[in-house]
Amino acid sequence: MRVSSPSLPATVARPLLGRAAVARRAEAVVIPVGALLVGFAIFSVFLLLQGKSPTEFLSLVYRAGFGTAFSWQNTLSRAAPLLLAALCVALPARLGLVVIGGEGAIVLGGVGAGAAAVMLAGTPAALALPLMLVCAMVIGAVWIGAVGALRHFRGVNETIASLLMAYIAIALMNHLVEGPLRDPASLNKPSTAPLDDALRIGNLPGWDVHWGLAFGVVCCVLAWVLIEKTTWGFAARIAGGNVRAAQVQGLPVGWLIVGFTALGGAFAGMAGFFEVAAVHGSANASLAGGYGYTGILIAFLARHNPLAIIPVAVLLAGFEASSGLVQRRMDLPDATVLVLQGFVFLAILISDTLFGRFKFFAPERWSTRDGN
Amino acid sequence: METDLGLWVIPLAIIGGAIRVSTPFLFVSLGEALTERSGRINLGLEGTLVFGAMSGYAAAYLTGSPWLGVFAAAISGAMFGLLHGLICSLPKVNDIAVGIAMMILGMGLAFYFGKPFVQPVAPNLPSIGFGWWSDVPQVRAALQVNVLFLIGAVLAVAMWWMFRSTRVGLIVRVVGDSTDAARAMGLRPALVRICATAVGGAFAGVGGAYLSLYYPGSWNEGISSGQGLMAVALVIFARWNPLACFGAALLFGGAGALGPTLQSVGVSEGYYLFFAAPYVLTLGVLIVTSSPTRAMTGAPGELSITK
Repeated sequence: MRVSSPSLPATVARPLLGRAAVARRAEAVVIPVGALLVGFAIFSVFLLLQGKSPTEFLSLVYRAGFGTAFSWQNTLSRAAPLLLAALCVALPARLGLVVIGGEGAIVLGGVGAGAAAVMLAGTPAALALPLMLVCAMVIGAVWIGAVGALRHFRGVNETIASLLMAYIAIALMNHLVEGPLRDPASLNKPSTAPLDDALRIGNLPGWDVHWGLAFGVVCCVLAWVLIEKTTWGFAARIAGGNVRAAQVQGLPVGWLIVGFTALGGAFAGMAGFFEVAAVHGSANASLAGGYGYTGILIAFLARHNPLAIIPVAVLLAGFEASSGLVQRRMDLPDATVLVLQGFVFLAILISDTLFGRFKFFAPERWSTRDGN
Repeated sequence: METDLGLWVIPLAIIGGAIRVSTPFLFVSLGEALTERSGRINLGLEGTLVFGAMSGYAAAYLTGSPWLGVFAAAISGAMFGLLHGLICSLPKVNDIAVGIAMMILGMGLAFYFGKPFVQPVAPNLPSIGFGWWSDVPQVRAALQVNVLFLIGAVLAVAMWWMFRSTRVGLIVRVVGDSTDAARAMGLRPALVRICATAVGGAFAGVGGAYLSLYYPGSWNEGISSGQGLMAVALVIFARWNPLACFGAALLFGGAGALGPTLQSVGVSEGYYLFFAAPYVLTLGVLIVTSSPTRAMTGAPGELSITK
């Protein structure tokens, strides 16, 4: 039922109803999806110029990423760390910070989990596993929280600092797994001591996908609730919109920045824990697999909305899962996925300029004749 | 004649390393200083550097001339800068995020097209020996200075002079300090920024060509380890002053040479930690030189990272 209020002046905001409410929300979906398609169209032209077929590329991605139950399980396994890595970008982004060094927290979180497993040898798994998880999350939280603290208390640019710290984290990991934490038995690929079978995280019941996926999805939902439904999230969104206004309101901007960056880092650390406990079985250089960098693209595609991260992460995981097949069948180099990501990322950022340009999405600018 | 230099080997190798390693830092930071002086930040120079390394190597291999390789790298770098400049001229587009996307795209395209050039050997850029006065081979090795390093040094002085006392330098500085003032003077800020970003990209491309055509002197996917990004931080440290960029590039080059030097004299303990020295130094310099309250001295007023 539609409430008519003809006596109200046009400037008073009315709750949007029906078509108007849909139109307002549609803008946040239509523009990014359109940009995604445009990015893919540019990539298709790129493939055509190389004499390759975009339709073959798409059909291979579909077959290897989403075609069968097996490929879905492969895709979802890869989505798990991407969900958590994207949260590490999206949470600080709601405060207006561009943190791109989640890779560092993943790597050190994984090393922390591997080191904890060595120290906790002989402890029952029910105690050791949560301690490993906590260890990974605390390390991640400290690592990225430090970026937030440097930003707020020292004015250090968070984008550059976080990426520098990712390089430092990888150097630290190399030092630790080749030095103090090295398992002498790991000859070809220096690693920490392999985890006991009891400490290996298994799969979700009935699936060939490890528990990291469930944790990742739950974390995305929790992050969404935090941002959209709590006062902390509300305060963070205000601070992200206008720091001065938030400070005038007496909001603890510094603690919000440190808290949100630390929480993002904790999620990235959790991704490292699952990489060690569910995938690799020990901490080694495989931890620096680029999940942190793909997470940046996912967060921007999802417009830093934690719920939207879930489908976007699955989509990009499907592309990554299919890259091996695409390389073999189409004789393309492995950097093809990187090229695709670059085009899509640029298209998404360019689409930011379109917000607010279309009258179609702005009910308050509809003429009274077709609006009411 | 073999001379026993003892521990003197270490400072000598660091000085030589500083001269060798600093050139890409120098070119990228000069390019970034120009871009940032116009009020834009281009974080994508890491991608430009890698693509410059690839295109320079490929062109040098195909034509047989390393200088044509440098030219190709400059042109491709200018293209990347132009794209970044054009995209950032659209309203509501975040220049830092565009830089990250350009970094991914530049590296992706470089690795994609660079695959066939990993194996072939391209001609290297020439260097001039300034160590003729010494009999000690280590001194001679340390003072082998590449021509691009000298060009970069001249460029730093030329840019410093340009900013200080030419019309072009004044235009770039006005646009970087206040878009409104620039408009009032009848300048077109967007056009100036696009040009400054394109030229900055060309410099970064030349820095990449140095990597693949002189030191380390071959093309592979691990050719850059964040030099393009560190150079952006280095510009902040150098307070947007081209002469200070030159000094800072030497300092960072020396830090970058620390790991290989210690390894060459047999220090293997903490090998990876010494390799992290340039990153730790950059971070430390950023922490020391940033301030949460006052605007940084010398910072262009329109720059998004200092606002």
